Amino acid sequence: MSEQTPKNDALVRVDGVEKTFRRGSEDIQVLSKLSLRVPAGEFLALMGPSGSGKSTLLNLIGGLDRPTQGTVHVAGERIDSLSDTQLAAWRARHIGFVFQLYNLMPVLTAERNVELPLLLTSLSKAERRKHVATALAMVGLSHRAQHYPRTMSGGEQQRVGIARGIVTDPTLLLCDEPTGDLDRKAGDEILNLLQALNREHGKTIIMVTHDPHASARAARTVHLDKGQLTNTGPQ
Amino acid sequence: MKFFPLVWGNLKRRKLRTSLTLLSILVAFVLFGFLCAIKQALVGGVELAGADRLIVRHKVSLIQLLPESYQARMERIPGVAAAAHQTWFGGVYQDPKNFFMQCPVVPEQFMAMFPEFLLPPDQMKAWLATRTGCIVGRNTAERFHLKIGDKIPIMSPIWMRKTWEFDIVGIFDGAKKGTDTTSLFFRYDYFDEARKAQNWGTGQVGWYTIRVKDPSQAAAVARAVDQEFENSPAETKTEPEGAFAQGFANQIGNIALIVAGILGAVFFTILLVTGSTMSQAVRERIGELGVLKAIGFTNGQVLALVLAESCLLTVLGGVLGLGFAWLLTSRGDPTGGMLPLFFFPVRDLLLGLGLSIVLGVITGILPAQQAMRLRVAEALRRM
Repeated sequence: MSEQTPKNDALVRVDGVEKTFRRGSEDIQVLSKLSLRVPAGEFLALMGPSGSGKSTLLNLIGGLDRPTQGTVHVAGERIDSLSDTQLAAWRARHIGFVFQLYNLMPVLTAERNVELPLLLTSLSKAERRKHVATALAMVGLSHRAQHYPRTMSGGEQQRVGIARGIVTDPTLLLCDEPTGDLDRKAGDEILNLLQALNREHGKTIIMVTHDPHASARAARTVHLDKGQLTNTGPQ
Repeated sequence: MKFFPLVWGNLKRRKLRTSLTLLSILVAFVLFGFLCAIKQALVGGVELAGADRLIVRHKVSLIQLLPESYQARMERIPGVAAAAHQTWFGGVYQDPKNFFMQCPVVPEQFMAMFPEFLLPPDQMKAWLATRTGCIVGRNTAERFHLKIGDKIPIMSPIWMRKTWEFDIVGIFDGAKKGTDTTSLFFRYDYFDEARKAQNWGTGQVGWYTIRVKDPSQAAAVARAVDQEFENSPAETKTEPEGAFAQGFANQIGNIALIVAGILGAVFFTILLVTGSTMSQAVRERIGELGVLKAIGFTNGQVLALVLAESCLLTVLGGVLGLGFAWLLTSRGDPTGGMLPLFFFPVRDLLLGLGLSIVLGVITGILPAQQAMRLRVAEALRRM
């Protein structure tokens, strides 16, 4: 069992987590006795080869999946034992997701895409508009608010994805290969943005990446291989 | 309402597919409207029948006549408030296709028996004063541009086999929307005297309508009427006006069953078409549904979103189809007189609206459940 940055006041606490998937008659263990601590305000990169379990770990921390064994605490709350409905409400409150392929709704404008998580709150339309405008301004896309994703570049779409991820001011921003589908220039812009969110706004960010160039922007990098953490990387 | 842009946007995603599905729903509801109007035309008389009125006809057949003298005997039967008779004239105005009913009646008795026919008092007075006078329903008057003061020639193949000429002294309206205003009524005394020349049918009438004092005693009164004329040369068959109208409609068949059968087949097809559209729509965006769940939409909210989409599709198609049907049927009887009660009742319009919602729920429920049961992590992998 590997233990990284053991702090009791960590924002994210993963303890002895195992995750096994069943494929046909075969059980495939993706994570094995893994523990991890992520303090509040950290920008953490999770690196590793394909199939090492990076995205699975991110899904467990984001409450998209449950571990086969072990516990996951985020902001002091144990999330692995919550029901589906409780988890959905918890995600809406605490987690912002940024995906590799942006995952925007093609039928909605940038503004409406960013507004989506706010539809689950009790905010009025005017308040939602205000939050959306702030989020779009933070990613530098105020002028593209009324544009549909198909009319935007990959970098712009990812910035809309980030605006959607931060519009509810979540406890934790989880990014799954956020620069994986972008060229170097657009990727750098996204990394600059994530760094700024971390440094200037104190956002806690966990980013899964293959790219050492991307992980270099994080404050700390941890490596996964065959479902286990292998080292903490530069702090 | 805040989710409407998402639901609407998803419907607009595949414009051709949505338009074609919408069109098929629209056509189904136009057909629904038309069939309801036809059903109304064929069986509407049953609904409009007075609960306190009975029809007395010859026991053998409606075309057999009854003595005029029966009226006084009927009125003496306990429970009978009044009686009025009519006789089938079967005339032709200009061309056989210009069909409308004509009957000789006794004006005061007839208008008292059928208060659903509204005739201004001055026109009633004129009718009583004019032996050859007749009154025409609004529908027929407008159809043939007839007005008070006109003479109307009607050829009767039954009575005298000649062209009768009547003076139009009144135009009556219906008290309710479904009241039949296609008929023409003229005076029985003029008719009876004129037919003496053919030496047949004098003093005989087609059928009687009687009003009972207490509708709850209608069955007993009907039995009493038939008993009164038992073993006479002209035995009677008495039945409620509604049953009489139903008997007429049943000559064509069980209208409600026929209409239900056709609509059942149509809506079953629409169910498959819309269900297939919704299933495809959900299959195509499993990843997007995963994103919605990832950002906090609950399973129930995802279910509701898909159901809202299918209901919006069917309600939109339904409203458009019902609207078209309403417009088309509001032009009135398309047969030129064979279906005087042809209209799309509001009751059926509301039924259609309800049906469109039910259709949306049924077609959307399976895809919606499929969307609800998606595991988030799995769905995101299919983006």
